[in-house]
Amino acid sequence: MAEEFVLSIFRGDAEGGEEVEYHVPRIEGMVVLDAVHHVQAHDAQDLAVRWNCKAAHCGSCSAEINGMPKLMCKTRLDEYQGETVHIQPMRTFPIIKDLVTDVSWNYEVAKKIPAFNPGVAAPFHMQQWDVDRIQEFHHCIECFLCQDVCHVLRDHHEQDEYYGPRFMVKMAEFEMHPMDRADRIPQIKNEGGIGLCNVTKCCTTVCPQHIHITDNAIIPLKERVADRYYDPIRNFFRKLGGKDENAKQETPT
Amino acid sequence: MNIETMETHSFDVLVLGSGGAGLRAAVEAASEGGVSVAVIGKSLLGKAHTVMAEGGAAASIGNLDAPDSWQTHFYDTMKSGHYINNYRTVEVFAKEAPSRVLELEQWGAVFDRTPEGLIMQRAFGGHSFRRLAHIGDRTGMELLRTLQYKAISMDIKVFQEVTVTRLLMDGSRIAGAMGYYRSDGHFVLFKAKAIVLATGGWGKLYKVTSNSWESTGDGAAMAYRIGADLKDMEMVQFHPTGMVWPPGVAGLLVTEGVRGEGGLLYNSEKERFMVRYDPERQELSTRDVVARSIFKEVQAGRGTPHGGAWLDISHKKADFIKQKLPGMYEQFLTLGDIDITKQPFEVAPTCHYQMGGVQAQAETCATTIPGLFAAGEVACGLHGANRLGGNSLADILVFGRRAGIAARDYAGALKSDVTIDESVVEAEVARVLEPFNRPDGENPYAIHEELQAVMSAHAAIVRSEDDLKVGLGKVLALQERGRRMGTSGSRVYNPGWHAVFDVENMLMLSELIIRGALERKESRGGHWRSDFPDELPEMGKWNFVHQYSADGDRVQRVPVPEMPPVLAEICARPVAPGRESAAGTSQVPPRKG
Ligand SMILES: Cc1cc2nc3c(=O)[nH]c(=O)nc-3n(C[C@H](O)[C@H](O)[C@H](O)COP(=O)(O)OP(=O)(O)OC[C@H]3O[C@@H](n4cnc5c(N)ncnc54)[C@H](O)[C@@H]3O)c2cc1C
Ligand code: SF4
Ligand code: SF4
Ligand code: FES
Repeated sequence: MAEEFVLSIFRGDAEGGEEVEYHVPRIEGMVVLDAVHHVQAHDAQDLAVRWNCKAAHCGSCSAEINGMPKLMCKTRLDEYQGETVHIQPMRTFPIIKDLVTDVSWNYEVAKKIPAFNPGVAAPFHMQQWDVDRIQEFHHCIECFLCQDVCHVLRDHHEQDEYYGPRFMVKMAEFEMHPMDRADRIPQIKNEGGIGLCNVTKCCTTVCPQHIHITDNAIIPLKERVADRYYDPIRNFFRKLGGKDENAKQETPT
Repeated sequence: MNIETMETHSFDVLVLGSGGAGLRAAVEAASEGGVSVAVIGKSLLGKAHTVMAEGGAAASIGNLDAPDSWQTHFYDTMKSGHYINNYRTVEVFAKEAPSRVLELEQWGAVFDRTPEGLIMQRAFGGHSFRRLAHIGDRTGMELLRTLQYKAISMDIKVFQEVTVTRLLMDGSRIAGAMGYYRSDGHFVLFKAKAIVLATGGWGKLYKVTSNSWESTGDGAAMAYRIGADLKDMEMVQFHPTGMVWPPGVAGLLVTEGVRGEGGLLYNSEKERFMVRYDPERQELSTRDVVARSIFKEVQAGRGTPHGGAWLDISHKKADFIKQKLPGMYEQFLTLGDIDITKQPFEVAPTCHYQMGGVQAQAETCATTIPGLFAAGEVACGLHGANRLGGNSLADILVFGRRAGIAARDYAGALKSDVTIDESVVEAEVARVLEPFNRPDGENPYAIHEELQAVMSAHAAIVRSEDDLKVGLGKVLALQERGRRMGTSGSRVYNPGWHAVFDVENMLMLSELIIRGALERKESRGGHWRSDFPDELPEMGKWNFVHQYSADGDRVQRVPVPEMPPVLAEICARPVAPGRESAAGTSQVPPRKG
């Protein structure tokens, strides 16, 4: 086995920049983030990188490693034996410096999500099978890798039209909570822009938390939007009853 | 730098720290309106250290074990703290924890459920009943995310990636704080009537640690410099089970939930050694005991290949493990090539938590500085000599809220605005820019690494007078070198520059830990002295308090507050309240040898 790894790390800022090569001694079980820290401590003190937990819990260390959006703390270097490892910042967000990007847009979108709105006071009575589905969404670490890869944001720059997969997951989390009483469907359709997602599933592929973003969050939400806006029979009943009893399908046990 | 042109903000309540304690404080301070509130973190929102917590939040809700009560939680917490806790802090805590956990459910947290559809609770070391409300093994993330979304739905100003370097005074009371934006290095001045300090711990002092980069003790060091009392600094918790192998991941936490769900510890001779050290509680003994036991086994030559113990949960069904401990399963598989549903794995102690910190009052979290309140890991009083697992997440909720209320009330009652001395601000700007004048100065990363080595060798799990004294000498020498730390490059997102201040704070706190450890000539909880191996009743009457002075640290012993008879009676019982009928049998799930 090679005694060192070769890293090629993007160095630069909004003005531009280029990859710089670094050599890092090999330690068993090393992840990309360890190597970046080694470079920081020994070769480039001012190398900018975000991290917190080094345990895939905080979602800070997102980057593009040999072109794939990944967490640096979860990517083992032995996967790249004999290769140069190219590390680039996430491309969808404006760069600040080196591997650090300006992800503030995501926090602006987060503010638009109406708070959880339960109709009753805790303690709630909910069975495990009532919550299994939404607990999957609670695994999200807000790494924004799905936002990075989604072509609606990355290539078409429709940040003003679409909240992106992360926030569809957040919407689904509240929308499918058995106790939530807010009506989120109009927002998901209109300001949220769910219609812009054409189900390419790239987001699901890169999600380090293995959330089935498309199958379990986006598609069911699209169905709810379709039921509400495009289902003639349901529309008829809604007009009659004044209220859509099926809009919230899960009733707590 | 002209203070006139500096970015300046004024708030009634300024919360330093956007971890669980800080966010809970901000939510409370803003809950009644009419008070301007801001919260600052040195990371992005939702990334704070709290996000890493795994096992759960302890509260005597009693969903599984009905006899649980605040009295039992009080009993367990005092016992685990070896009775140098502030009893009143513990009482407030034990009584309020259940409401705080239920409140999270109200705000959107989705805990695992019991068969009755209530919040599930798991067994944890040192807790007499199944008590930890949890969400798989990512409870901290659920707590933080819930508070994060709650906070952004309210009128709270959030500052992300701003590092505070100094607290500012108006005479003898608090008046604000100064810091810089990490993104471009520009300075920012905050005027505030009240400040809640919620900056977390300082686990980064040690080489093998479960803590995030943020845990550099900034808040404690800043408060100490302006005269706040720090207490019990010698009390550092080493969690018994950190990952050992591969070296790239050494220190990463293996949640106590593994043992809570039935995991067993073995030495290299396949012996369940915990049965010897604590026959009653075995694997679910308190952390100080389990960590020491593993250490002793390794010393006795019964360690695993990489110097730890085996932890094994593979006797449980694979589906059960994957559902209850999904994070652990994945962590070992991706980082260690180990399938924990099939094989045992190596664990060894890792630095985890600081019981000591800024002395805070039980009801209000008030420190010794008017207008400064402290909550969460940075504060001291609740945990005594050893923290129980799950008590920290409950701590940050209970006292985050209380600090929020007290800060709001204090700020509301202040008639006059605060004034800030401009010369102090100017001097701070000059100090923070100083490292750029020394491009060839000492490398902060190198100093940090040396400090970690010193603390790990001289002031870690086992200590002695000689060792501590040598360690102190080395820390003081490093402090001297630390004055010459330098940096190069620009002020734009420059971690080398940022590290200078983190390391300064750690150098200061390391000294206090060692000085405290020298004073406590006994073994108690997390503090184990090989030259004083016994717990001494005389020593149990004292806490050690540190005060800053121009000619160095002043350590004083102050009496541990004495419990009123009703509480003393609870602690004096031979078995925990509620366990009387069960004495001898076990309420926690039966464990097989
Ligand atoms: C791996 C792991 C697992 C754990 N599991 C559990 C568990 O299961 N149960 C339990 O009860 N406890 C657990 N703990 C302990 C618990 O998570 C922490 O003690 C607790 O989260 C501390 O919260 P806090 O709000 O006090 O501080 P933190 O979460 O540490 O937050 C500190 C905040 O202060 C900010 N800050 C610090 N310095 C500055 C500065 N100079 N300027 C500006 N901002 C600053 C930081 O950016 C951060 O936002 C665990 C800890 C770890 C490491
Ligand atoms: S599936 Fe939809 S959200 Fe996901 S990447 Fe494709 S377009 Fe974007
Ligand atoms: S959904 Fe997955 S990829 Fe997207 S932010 Fe959350 S964890 Fe990251
Ligand atoms: S450092 Fe937290 S996810 Fe990588």
